[in-house]
Amino acid sequence: MGRDAWYGRDVLSILDFSRADLELLFDSADSIVDQPVRTKKSLAGKIVATAFFEPSTRTRLSFSAAALKLGADVIDLSPDVSSLLKGESLSDTMRMLDGYADLIAMRHPSEGAALLASEVASVPIVNGGDGSQHHPSQAMLDLFTVKRLKGRIDGLNYAVLGDIRYARSAASFLYGLARYKPGKVSLVSPESLRPRNEVKDTIKKVGLKTEQHDDLESIIADVDVIYMTRIQKERFPDPNEYEKVKGSYRITKGSLANAKKGSIVLHALPRTNELAYEVDSLPNAAYMKQARFGVPVRMALLDLVLGGAKK
Amino acid sequence: MNDKETMLVQKISDGTVIDHVSAGKALSVLRLLGNPQNREGVTVALVMNVGSSKMGRKDILKVEGVELTDDQVQKLALIAPLASVNIIRSYRVLEKKNAVPPKTVRGVLSCTGATCVSVREKDSISSVFTMASSSPLTYRCKYCGRDLNEQEIASQLG
Repeated sequence: MGRDAWYGRDVLSILDFSRADLELLFDSADSIVDQPVRTKKSLAGKIVATAFFEPSTRTRLSFSAAALKLGADVIDLSPDVSSLLKGESLSDTMRMLDGYADLIAMRHPSEGAALLASEVASVPIVNGGDGSQHHPSQAMLDLFTVKRLKGRIDGLNYAVLGDIRYARSAASFLYGLARYKPGKVSLVSPESLRPRNEVKDTIKKVGLKTEQHDDLESIIADVDVIYMTRIQKERFPDPNEYEKVKGSYRITKGSLANAKKGSIVLHALPRTNELAYEVDSLPNAAYMKQARFGVPVRMALLDLVLGGAKK
Repeated sequence: MNDKETMLVQKISDGTVIDHVSAGKALSVLRLLGNPQNREGVTVALVMNVGSSKMGRKDILKVEGVELTDDQVQKLALIAPLASVNIIRSYRVLEKKNAVPPKTVRGVLSCTGATCVSVREKDSISSVFTMASSSPLTYRCKYCGRDLNEQEIASQLG
């Protein structure tokens, strides 16, 4: 087991990985953070393809940066100038990329797109987000950030705040927490942004106990990790529903006045108005560090999946 | 069937008797079978909302001139999971088939999630559902995890 557990695997959902798998990833990411200058190009000769059918800044660029740092070459599918505009199916597109690359990191607006890609491609597929369903590498770097900054994941109290209905990062973070032994896990959101039935069922199935709250204020003094989400405007079937809930929650300096000492605020970014820029200067603000950890965690992931670490 | 039910509809010589259909579902079953009554030489008799010791109330269909295929029986199980199917030849029961809802259903049901990849890419892939619950009958989309309940399954197939 160990490194072999990662070798050649698709990374579709964090639920596919055990705590031991995640710990191995985090140990590897730790060593990368602690020794940022790498002379060994463990993935030299490999090609990583990025195929992002939906906008992305951090995920696509950090996968590219991670691959380049490990010595791999990167090719990028640009959906707006590719044959997808001519009506090519996702299956055919992924079959084609399968012949060009050793690993495909992808994002798609449809739930299940990465699973479909894994069925038609022989090389590993890394899901960089499929609709409102999974975003495993985000959850991995989120948990790594908690471990790195707080020293542990177990026993801490968590509040996941905002759009838990459509934000795949929130659902994936909760699935990841289920692999650990967290303290209290509170879900803070208005009624219409509470988890979808399939997410609730999965949370229940994996044995994660959660509490629902309407506001952060009543619990903030007891929370170690505040996990913020952006309201996913692009996933609302009805724009009027988005208008009703936008701005329904916001973190400011004032709202963190009673926060527990040493607590951290995470956000997968990008932010809109739910996270005030004035928070950036507070010691609680951990989201920029979190975004930077995207590179070492994805380096560790690519190295494990492509077997570079075995060389 | 008991004598009282037998009195309602006469025996068929060749065809299929579908018993233990949930009360009110007979017309859905008929639609699922492609409305065989519209075909030349096919006679259909429906017995609806009769008493049943097993189910309380039930529907029964007698289809003269049509023998259900295994594929049709499997589809039937999705809207009438307790149904029993008797294939009749020369007034005798040639074969009994129980409509057992399959664990996996491929290419028959459609996901209700507008953003599910099985809907967006339906020209290039088949839907796949796995049974999430046998009672009430619920199927879960392999791709997006959304559930289809009994009513949604019946409305798609019936």
